[in-house]
Amino acid sequence: MKPTRLIIVAVGGQGNLLASKVLGEAALLSGVPVRMSEIHGMAQRGGVVESAIVFGDAKSTIISDGEADILVGFEPSETLRALNKCNAETIVITNTAPLPPFTVAIGQGVYPDLDQIKSLILSKTKRLIALDATSLAKASGSVMSTNIVLLGALIGTGRLPIPKEKMETAIRTKTKSAFVEANLSAFQRGYDVAMAGE
Amino acid sequence: MHKLLTNSPGEKMLLLGNEAIARGAIEAGVAFGTTYPGTPSSEIALNLFQVSHESDLYFEYSTNEKVALEVAAAAANSGVRSFCMMKHVGLNVAADPLMTLAYVGVKAGLVILTADDPSLFSSQNEQDNRYYGKLSGLPVLEPSSVEEAKDMFISALTLSETLGRPVIFRTTTRINHSSAFVTLGPILPRNPRGDFKKDPFNLVTVPAISRKLHVRLLESWEKARSLAETSPHNFVEGDGKWGIACSGVSYNYVSDAVRELGIADRTRILRLGFTHPAPPDLVKTFLSGCDTVLVAEEGEPFLEETLKAFAQEAGLTLPISGKGKDRFSRLYELDPATVRGVIAACFGVENRAGKKMPDLSDVPEIPQRPPNLCAGCSHRATYYVVKKAAEGMDTIYPSDIGCYTLGFMPPLSMGDFVLCMGASVSTACGFSKATDKKVIAFIGDSTFFHSGLTGLVNAVYNNHNFTLVILDNGTTAMTGHQPNPGVDMQALNLQGYGRVSIEAVVRAMGVPHVAVISPYKVKKSIETVKEALDFKGVSVVIAQEMCTLYAKTLKQLKVRAFKVTDKCKNHRNCITEIGCPAFYLDGDKVRIDADVCVGCAVCAQICPENAITPVK
Repeated sequence: MKPTRLIIVAVGGQGNLLASKVLGEAALLSGVPVRMSEIHGMAQRGGVVESAIVFGDAKSTIISDGEADILVGFEPSETLRALNKCNAETIVITNTAPLPPFTVAIGQGVYPDLDQIKSLILSKTKRLIALDATSLAKASGSVMSTNIVLLGALIGTGRLPIPKEKMETAIRTKTKSAFVEANLSAFQRGYDVAMAGE
Repeated sequence: MHKLLTNSPGEKMLLLGNEAIARGAIEAGVAFGTTYPGTPSSEIALNLFQVSHESDLYFEYSTNEKVALEVAAAAANSGVRSFCMMKHVGLNVAADPLMTLAYVGVKAGLVILTADDPSLFSSQNEQDNRYYGKLSGLPVLEPSSVEEAKDMFISALTLSETLGRPVIFRTTTRINHSSAFVTLGPILPRNPRGDFKKDPFNLVTVPAISRKLHVRLLESWEKARSLAETSPHNFVEGDGKWGIACSGVSYNYVSDAVRELGIADRTRILRLGFTHPAPPDLVKTFLSGCDTVLVAEEGEPFLEETLKAFAQEAGLTLPISGKGKDRFSRLYELDPATVRGVIAACFGVENRAGKKMPDLSDVPEIPQRPPNLCAGCSHRATYYVVKKAAEGMDTIYPSDIGCYTLGFMPPLSMGDFVLCMGASVSTACGFSKATDKKVIAFIGDSTFFHSGLTGLVNAVYNNHNFTLVILDNGTTAMTGHQPNPGVDMQALNLQGYGRVSIEAVVRAMGVPHVAVISPYKVKKSIETVKEALDFKGVSVVIAQEMCTLYAKTLKQLKVRAFKVTDKCKNHRNCITEIGCPAFYLDGDKVRIDADVCVGCAVCAQICPENAITPVK
């Protein structure tokens, strides 16, 4: 199976590692080889968490600059920061709800304009799905499901060799039982956005 | 039941590298584990610590890596299969017992794991610990993947018992923190009780005995070298004339690159997993089949030097390269594209496999998101207090290893010199003698027990003049909230532990001025710290406040969020002096994110307008 390379970037606490775990389990259920790596040393201290997930036949667990087939960003400025992982064929999915870093509050830097972020990403990649995953998660019952909304959009692109039902099974077995209903609803909302084409 | 105790051989499980290694230890019948926590190795210990609560595995968080290795050395010399794990710099701390334990050997298997950190994701250096194999004369095993890590651990334990020596198991961050499907194997029974047989003429390392033991170590090294010849962890793939030698995660990048470049029919890959001592016959046969050889390895030219030495012995003159111009760097970790590019350049093939990064020159500067002390972190309060107390003084702030190292960042800017665990205290000794500045050192509770004690004894004995601030947040926070000797284990529902009071230890050392502060009480703490700073000689301030993140985890945190009221006149002391991440700017207005604020009330105490008040 030809490798598909996925990068997920998030701010510590946004549930990137759980999202990776759910994807990994769904890959196991689908019989798809998967390897992933994560950098989470300082995640709890508000830093950036990056996961690399390689589906298919490859031994490497990390993804070089320019070599991601899909980029999922849980925060718009972090999606923009990770553009170095993309190429002209990359599909990008981003949450549009900003979490400005603290450096902005102390006057070290300006948070980029959201429309500018979107047009920059679009001009350098193949497709951009931009959605307010945070609001969709709240509408599903819990802001904690933001990560699952984005997984829904990811599966909705049809770019991963993982069927929707396997993801739903993985959500049922690998996320906390109190959140399963909210998560399944969140997953569907994200999925619908990607299926609708934007 | 802990998932790593699952007794169903053949089952596939998605495991983190560190979980796979812990599972390998369980399958290998390890009955005794010791560690001092350190990223990227921490989750191995975390899992074994949990397993120890529901099985007869003994596991302890030792006070430092030297202690951990000595504790494990005794267990292994009592016939109990043992495992001692640490991060790469931890092996420097444990190097003293390591070097002589290599002479003495073990009666049951002992695996010493060093988790190296190329690219310094969470470390103060990126040293290559494979050299500890050469230095000590002990074998080194290095897995290339998560699945192999589990199985290779079992081989390492077996090898240790075959040789009667400890074996060094070397991982890198990309093994520890990668995940993959791992097939579970059978679990060997554990034998947690051993016996020690007196044998002083082989176990007491006075010079006359050690001279004899060194002879045996070299014999064991020869035996290890012959075992490396037939080890399943060392193999050659392909029979082309272009040789590529690799170990660890580099093998993955080499394999993928050879496939992507379409040169499998022309290459010959030597993958060494049992890297030290390297097998001379296997390597020489590999070299003699090649026209040219590229060595793909992270870090130092460890394999490269070995291959060049073997080529010389075999009278081979083929070009062998690895590190250098147009080849690999000794800096940072490797990645698939870099390895593909160097292979293409070395053998003169076109590199069409890579995809191009877009031109990013029109992307505006994105504000940085550095790791930061958490909202309400007691370290922030202590730093603010000390900074205020030291106003007007010409200061040097030696700091140490932990979350609190982050205090060196603006706006706190508290931290001028950091070396290694415990060095804040000892460098404070040196700075205070060599300069006329006021020296104020910072160390965390766990780090103080790890290696701050000896520095403080030195300070009292040699009559140094500085203030040591011990940041006691009741846990080993940075590595994931492991316990330490100052922690009340009963409060964590863990029985059978003692507890050491930092204050009692400091007083018993004879420190002439000791004070304890609650850093959230800002004004009172500033006064107490001022007194300590004015003291001539060694003074110690112990700042006691539970880590907020840990308190949250334990559900002990009663959050009472604060808000900025209309009384705010935009002095912005809250932002510019303490920099808590709960603050944000709403246009020109300072606001507090009530979801982030934990209610430490430090900002409320420093606001000149008293404009910060509880939400309810």
